[in-house]
Amino acid sequence: MLEVSKISKSFDGFAAVGGVSFTVPQGSISAIIGPNGAGKTTLFNLITGHLRPDGGRVVFKERDVTGIAPHDLCRLGMGRSFQRTNIFPRLTVYENIQAAFVSHRGRGFNLFTPVERLYRDETESLLGAVGLLEKAGETSGFLSHGNQKQLELGIALALEPEILLLDEPTAGMSATETRDSIRLIERIAADRGLTLLFTEHDMEVVFSIAHRITVLHQGRVIADGVPAEVRRDPEVRRVYLGEGH
Amino acid sequence: MPDPSFVFAQSLSGLTAAMFLFLIASGLSLIFGVLRVLNFAHGTFYMLGAYSAFQLVQWIGVGPGRFWLAALGAATAVAILGGLVERFLFRHLYGKEELYQLLFTYALVLILSDCAKIIWGTQQKSVSRPPELTGAFHLFGATIPHYNLFILLLGPAIALAFWFVLQRTRVGRFIRAAALDRETLGALGVNVDGLYTWVFVLASFLGGLGGALIAPMRATTPGMDTEVIVEAFVVVVIGGLGSFWGTFLGALIYGQVLSFGILFFPRFSIFSVFALMAAVLIVRPWGLLGRPLK
Amino acid sequence: MSDKNDQEPGNAECGAGAWGRSGAAPPQYKLVPSRARRFPWPLLVLAAAFFVPTVGSRFYTFLANDVVIWALFATSLNLLVGYTGLVSFGHAAYFGIGAYATGLLMKKLGVPFLIAFPAAGVVAGLCALVFGFFCVRLTRIYFAMLTLAFAQIVWAICFKWNEVTGGEQGMPEIPYPSFDWVERLAAVLPFVGGYRTSDYYYFTCLVMVALCIWVLRRIVGSPFGRMLTTIRENAERAEFIGVNVRRYELAAFVIAGIFAGLAGGLFGIFNRGVFPDFAYWTKSSEVLIMTLLGGMGTFWGPAVGALALIWLNQQIVSYTQYWPLILGSILVILLFVFPGGLAGAVIALWRRLQRRPAGA
Repeated sequence: MLEVSKISKSFDGFAAVGGVSFTVPQGSISAIIGPNGAGKTTLFNLITGHLRPDGGRVVFKERDVTGIAPHDLCRLGMGRSFQRTNIFPRLTVYENIQAAFVSHRGRGFNLFTPVERLYRDETESLLGAVGLLEKAGETSGFLSHGNQKQLELGIALALEPEILLLDEPTAGMSATETRDSIRLIERIAADRGLTLLFTEHDMEVVFSIAHRITVLHQGRVIADGVPAEVRRDPEVRRVYLGEGH
Repeated sequence: MPDPSFVFAQSLSGLTAAMFLFLIASGLSLIFGVLRVLNFAHGTFYMLGAYSAFQLVQWIGVGPGRFWLAALGAATAVAILGGLVERFLFRHLYGKEELYQLLFTYALVLILSDCAKIIWGTQQKSVSRPPELTGAFHLFGATIPHYNLFILLLGPAIALAFWFVLQRTRVGRFIRAAALDRETLGALGVNVDGLYTWVFVLASFLGGLGGALIAPMRATTPGMDTEVIVEAFVVVVIGGLGSFWGTFLGALIYGQVLSFGILFFPRFSIFSVFALMAAVLIVRPWGLLGRPLK
Repeated sequence: MSDKNDQEPGNAECGAGAWGRSGAAPPQYKLVPSRARRFPWPLLVLAAAFFVPTVGSRFYTFLANDVVIWALFATSLNLLVGYTGLVSFGHAAYFGIGAYATGLLMKKLGVPFLIAFPAAGVVAGLCALVFGFFCVRLTRIYFAMLTLAFAQIVWAICFKWNEVTGGEQGMPEIPYPSFDWVERLAAVLPFVGGYRTSDYYYFTCLVMVALCIWVLRRIVGSPFGRMLTTIRENAERAEFIGVNVRRYELAAFVIAGIFAGLAGGLFGIFNRGVFPDFAYWTKSSEVLIMTLLGGMGTFWGPAVGALALIWLNQQIVSYTQYWPLILGSILVILLFVFPGGLAGAVIALWRRLQRRPAGA
């Protein structure tokens, strides 16, 4: 479904990402791991059109989408969540999700209908799915970190994506929150037939649910395969254990 | 085709105007580079510099050397005012929206320019040239007052001094660092708040000095602040917001465009400077010598 | 960074603090609770406004007319600043363009008001389309500077193009629209007759502005308006929900320009003359202050700000000539103490009163 070939990006001579290639098969759950600074978020930014790559290609659903604008990519079915919570702080939880529906269903340039009436049912059912229905009326900026992450997920789901890219979805969560979060994500992915690609620091999470793992180090891929293979890979062990991670 | 001496004279007058603008715009650019705010009140500091110079000259007379004393005194007074404003008022807006900071500087324009009206009234004030520089040269058929020549030399001198401070001294290094990454600088133990105040003081000094020095050449009137601030904006945009040599270059270009614009397209000279500003922003927003903002 | 406004919600990284983005409107974004909202305050105010010429003197009608026009101007700016998070320093350009368009059409070409007035909006809108196209490609301070540059270009053209715009002298004596038809109407509805021309013009302004503000209200409450607020809150995230940020910003810019132009068209006639300073940057800052004073986070804030500012100006100017000093001081107080403006302060007060009975 998603194929990245030889993607690279340099900033002022510093190669953040150099010649990264991997494939994400449809329906799978894939993870990208690597120590801090390995280039995971940059890679995500390159795939989702937030940054223009210096070289390489991104192919999504057999279409070359290298460097196309994020808003176009959304329409093709790629959804994304962010490492630092990226929501609309002064809108309520309900409005956050509703806005995503409005945009995705193409009603954005409607200048006259009162917006409250639109997509009530869809918004409520999605809020239920991510477990935020009771908090619908709260200003999203005041939510707890965990709830904001749930909201993030909700916004991404409102776009009815086929593939979901999650950048460190459990960052900053406690152990319980992490477990719940991952269970939620897994369930939603299964229910909707989503393909997942996520980055993570938490090894337990990764090894528990990922079908494929790609390991990045200093912007390059050092291992790529099923969890069992990656766990045994000597290069990976050196990078992680050697750096005392 | 206008005769060469006329062209030469126009060019010189463009250069002189450029030097004044450079003095003001450099302060503006400095404040923007470090504090990341466009200080509307900078034109008003310039105006206060002119009025203060006038006042000081009233008090200490026009004997030899007195004018220079008055000019420096005026610049210092404005610098102190700038420091006080930053320390007690502006500092509290740093965490807030940039729009608020901007509107604060505009509020300063309103308040300070009215204060100037209260103190000095609305009549034009004039200051006579210092006795040391009342003569004039004759070069290539044009008459160049000594004072203008002095300004022409002073401009680059100040630019070089400024450059030296920025590049070679410790304080200069801190200033440049603050412009790039204030948080890290603070984390390294440098008193960033104090640094900001000094930057403001320095910038205000330059603005006030510009005003004091221009007082013998042009009438000092209310309203000169709103005129000059827009000119200063054009200069820093063309040269590059936050770039020091860019400001110098921008001032030179502005001066020439304006004086030759008046010569060849008198009706559109004002238009041309703003068109130039718009063109730069469209094609190369960070100016000729600036660097793209984060 | 010190002194972060501690009402700033949530993670400060949510795009907050970016120039004009998710920052221009303070936290009081949600309006008053629905019970109060359902009450048709605006209609009441509009109805009351119709009685000003009967109840008040000519002078008060003049003031009210001024307020009404500036309310439209400020509300149009708020679409950009308060709802989309785009800080424009050159909004007066469209005001000026609208004024000159209507003025030229009515004075030099004898075009009737009902054509000249919408023409102001059309011309201003077209200019906003051209200028805005370049402006929205920039962000933050560069955007603001370019809006300023365009406004100064408009000013410079109006100032110097003597043949068309009258140059520095402007175009005095723009005719009022023809009110002859009122005489015929008065035969059927007697209460309509008996007013001065300036009063009829005031009524015209009231109706036109009410219509415009109604339209703006619909726009702001529409899906389009919601998309604009997502851009303001977090432009990056908006991109990732499929919002073509540039296109929406340009649309907002044009709409704001159209309504500013309409306000200008009305103002030229009201002012009995059109002058270049309508487009000068200080005019842009006046309307920006008005918007801030009333409260950028609400729809009616700017209109309230217009009323407050013009009334204050009137009061102060009768005592002293130092109005800028007072205005500057008020602005400073606003910025430090009431960043939400008048409307924001009222809402905060209302909230606090609401909480008391629960036994705080």
